[in-house]
Amino acid sequence: MGTTVTHAPAMEGLSQDSEPRHGPVKPPRPAALKRRRRRENLAGYLFMSPWIAGFLLLTAGPMVASLYFAFTDYNLFDAPKWIGLDNFSEMFGDPRWRHSVQVTLWYVAVGTPLKLLAALGVALLLAQSRRGQAFYRAAFYAPSLIGASVSVAIVWKAIFSDDAIVDRTQKLFGVDVGGWTGDPDMIIYSLVALTVWQFGAPMVIFLAGLKQVPRELYEAAEVDGAGKLRRFWNITLPMISPVLFFNVLLETIHSFQIFSSAYIVGGGAGGNACGPADGSMVYTCYLYVQGFENSRMGLASAMAWMLLVAVALVTAVLFWSQKRWVHYEEGA
Amino acid sequence: MSSAGLSTSRHRLPGSLAWHIGSLLILAVILYPVIWVIGGSFKKSEDVVGSLDLFPGDPITSNYTRLGEGIADISISTFFLNSLTLAVGSVIGILLSCSLTAYAFAKIRFAGRNLLFTLMIGTLLLPYHVLLIPQYVLFRNMEMINTYTPLLLGKYLATEAFFVFLMMQFMRNLPKELDEAARLDGCGHLRIYWSIVLPLCRPALITSAIFTFINAWNDFMGPLIYLNEPDKYTVSLGLKMFVDQEGVADYGGMIAMSLVALLPVLAFFLAFQRYLIDGMATSGLKG
Repeated sequence: MGTTVTHAPAMEGLSQDSEPRHGPVKPPRPAALKRRRRRENLAGYLFMSPWIAGFLLLTAGPMVASLYFAFTDYNLFDAPKWIGLDNFSEMFGDPRWRHSVQVTLWYVAVGTPLKLLAALGVALLLAQSRRGQAFYRAAFYAPSLIGASVSVAIVWKAIFSDDAIVDRTQKLFGVDVGGWTGDPDMIIYSLVALTVWQFGAPMVIFLAGLKQVPRELYEAAEVDGAGKLRRFWNITLPMISPVLFFNVLLETIHSFQIFSSAYIVGGGAGGNACGPADGSMVYTCYLYVQGFENSRMGLASAMAWMLLVAVALVTAVLFWSQKRWVHYEEGA
Repeated sequence: MSSAGLSTSRHRLPGSLAWHIGSLLILAVILYPVIWVIGGSFKKSEDVVGSLDLFPGDPITSNYTRLGEGIADISISTFFLNSLTLAVGSVIGILLSCSLTAYAFAKIRFAGRNLLFTLMIGTLLLPYHVLLIPQYVLFRNMEMINTYTPLLLGKYLATEAFFVFLMMQFMRNLPKELDEAARLDGCGHLRIYWSIVLPLCRPALITSAIFTFINAWNDFMGPLIYLNEPDKYTVSLGLKMFVDQEGVADYGGMIAMSLVALLPVLAFFLAFQRYLIDGMATSGLKG
């Protein structure tokens, strides 16, 4: 499966018309062509019908409903009541909401670059040798599979709690800040550590990208006397920029939506769902609290739409920026 | 760390040694929590936290034997069976619905295909939380709370764009001659899909099946919102209930249970890691 990949990444050119796949061998007569086209359309929509039903029922419909709820007061039991922009003004005026935005932005801004740096660094290291590469690749990937589970979140909570292993280790180095999960300022870093621990998934994608860089380029550069750093900067980085873009996009969007690990690592302490003094109250945690614990479905919908707008903005900025730094191979 | 080795390394011994030492160091950091859990699950609760030893001097098994008593009078096997039902149900749904959609995108030229494809890619980037509340309201009005329908329906309606995309890339790489020949022989799309394309797509199907199983097994937010009777709980929810009940006191039992909950995922990983990693690697590249 991985052997036939080319340079062009998934995000490039969403249109599929670049190469016709089912062009008839000989152009048939117009009537036959028309009949055939109708048959293709019918088949297409029959095959697509589960997806279309799902899209209307579970994606498009709910999005419209959510937009409507965002302007209403809705507690699930009484009919939604239109209140205009009240949810939004309450949200912006709510210090807990602003705090959750801050926590989330901090988590995204620190966790995502660290995770991607780890992924790229380790991918570069692994790419240097073929012996043992498959083993290390698999071992480093494993955390990405289990990292989202409740089990790992519980283990994380234990590892970073007071007097536990991290606390004791840092004391050996004379750092006495206590366990991270009990500290409102530190708990977010235990979540950052958890996401960095899962660097394996983007690493695998980087490795696949590195494998595609033609060796001749390095050889030519070496003949020209380019040093290691220069070769990395002028060859490796531009050549893998499409996969870098893909990883940045997906990891950033993903980070904005962190929920389970924050809810479990932060939860438990006196019924507080979002960590000590809201220390791990990421955006979706607060959304969950408002919607499902306080039954404020209207307000929570408004919050969800703000998240959507934020993610859409980040996506748009990234797509806009890719013209400047992402290099796509021509005619790949 | 640089890419120099990509082009020039002749595997001089010191370089190779440094490479292995570096890789092993990273491996140690990665595996540390896992080894800590295994060791800790054989410790007395008060020793789990508060001791730097990885493995206990006098290992005990009571953390595991105690799991036989179940959680809140519900046997652990109930949670496992519930999770298994959901995971297998999800796998069947994803394989059928996503492969149908992928086939349409890859092999049928129908009007509006590009528009639908763009919409599908859009859902790939859409934060799930926007759909959370309206979907909950929808399923609540349909009186489906506390059933598995809300957790499974989307899987049968191809809402997981990632798998559609994965299968589609695979199908587009199949030799065109095969289905063209079948068409000339008068085969319809359904025949081609079922008898030619699906069997050839086995690797993509296996990758999707394993990812789906693991995602469904790990899923926490879905069950948290839709299930409210403990005997319907999945392993994830059972685990959370266990933690809330025992609080911080019972670290030993907690991590023993965590480990047991992870076993199916780890088993799948060990058996199929090649499929998972290749699937992941391809997702960033156009096949």
